Amino acid sequence: MAITREHELHARRRKRNAMLGLVLLGFVVMVFAITLVKLDNGGTVEGFDHAVRPGLVEPSE
Amino acid sequence: MTDMTASQQRDDAEFGDYFALLKPRVMSLVIFTAAVGLFVAPGAVHPVIALSSILFIAIGAGASGALNMWWDADIDRVMKRTQSRPVPDGRVSAGDAKVLGLWLSVIAVVMLGLTANLLAAGLLAFTIFFYAVIYSMWLKRATPQNIVIGGASGAFPPMIGWAVATGGVSIEAILMFALIFMWTPPHFWALALFMNDDYTKAGVPMLPVTRGTRVTRNHILIYTLLLAPVGPLLAFTQIGGPVFLAASLALNALFLRGAWQLYRRNDAGATADQYAAERKFFRLSLAYLFVHFLALLAEAALRWAGINWGQWPLWM
Repeated sequence: MAITREHELHARRRKRNAMLGLVLLGFVVMVFAITLVKLDNGGTVEGFDHAVRPGLVEPSE
Repeated sequence: MTDMTASQQRDDAEFGDYFALLKPRVMSLVIFTAAVGLFVAPGAVHPVIALSSILFIAIGAGASGALNMWWDADIDRVMKRTQSRPVPDGRVSAGDAKVLGLWLSVIAVVMLGLTANLLAAGLLAFTIFFYAVIYSMWLKRATPQNIVIGGASGAFPPMIGWAVATGGVSIEAILMFALIFMWTPPHFWALALFMNDDYTKAGVPMLPVTRGTRVTRNHILIYTLLLAPVGPLLAFTQIGGPVFLAASLALNALFLRGAWQLYRRNDAGATADQYAAERKFFRLSLAYLFVHFLALLAEAALRWAGINWGQWPLWM
């Protein structure tokens, strides 16, 4: 059975959830922006992946 | 998990109650000093990296605030100054404060490491550890030197900001650290003088509680004297200059005069005017730190505008 009566508590929870949603959305946007900047500035994109990655080997001499 | 029953917890906590756990006022000071440390450092940082790094430093500081509120809920319930905090007021359970503090600590440190560098992340982790464990859990209830050593946690943010920009720590970062570190004791002891009743009730061994107000007044003067050379020393580094030196000399003159006045007073005089001089000295201490860092920012702005003091002597 669904809760049909709206309590003040529900409104309060909805507001809290909405705020948390905004914070999480902001976090996602921020991580995305950081990623773009890092890629733009040529940060390390490839990491060790349990296999030989020729692109990661430093040229000798 | 929690020591309160359903009847004690009034309602569901609001979002603002969780935000209050992060000590927003302390956080604003952390944001300001970390930002100054970052902006005055040599080398350019991308605005997105700078902004997000400062945010993660602030979240880390907030996390240690939440951990402090979890640990100190029993003291906070007794002291008038802290009674309305979310945990003693029953709006958030102590367990929730702990979980929030722990998770935000992890997120802040990991994200700062990914965004800036590992040194900055390591310093942030150490700062959180220092405030939550060394200060809150260990020193605060054990020794009247609690705030002298605990002050280090408040002094780290500009050094972390500097590490974000440069990837290292240098004499400038250490002197910015020293400025806040040496400033903390006179600042908090002035507060403790007129909040003495609170600390006595809560059994926190602040200096006026354990050694009396006479010793506290002496200590304020001694630490203000020790603090005085730090600003002028910073003036003769890469990030200093005549504007900063002038500001620092003026602020130190005011602060020393205030400390001298407190030294000359006694409890009878202080009670007579309801600790007017102590309150004034406390407000002055806030301005002292704020204007010092503002002056550093001004010097950076002047350098950025192409004005450099050609013959300005540097000792380092």
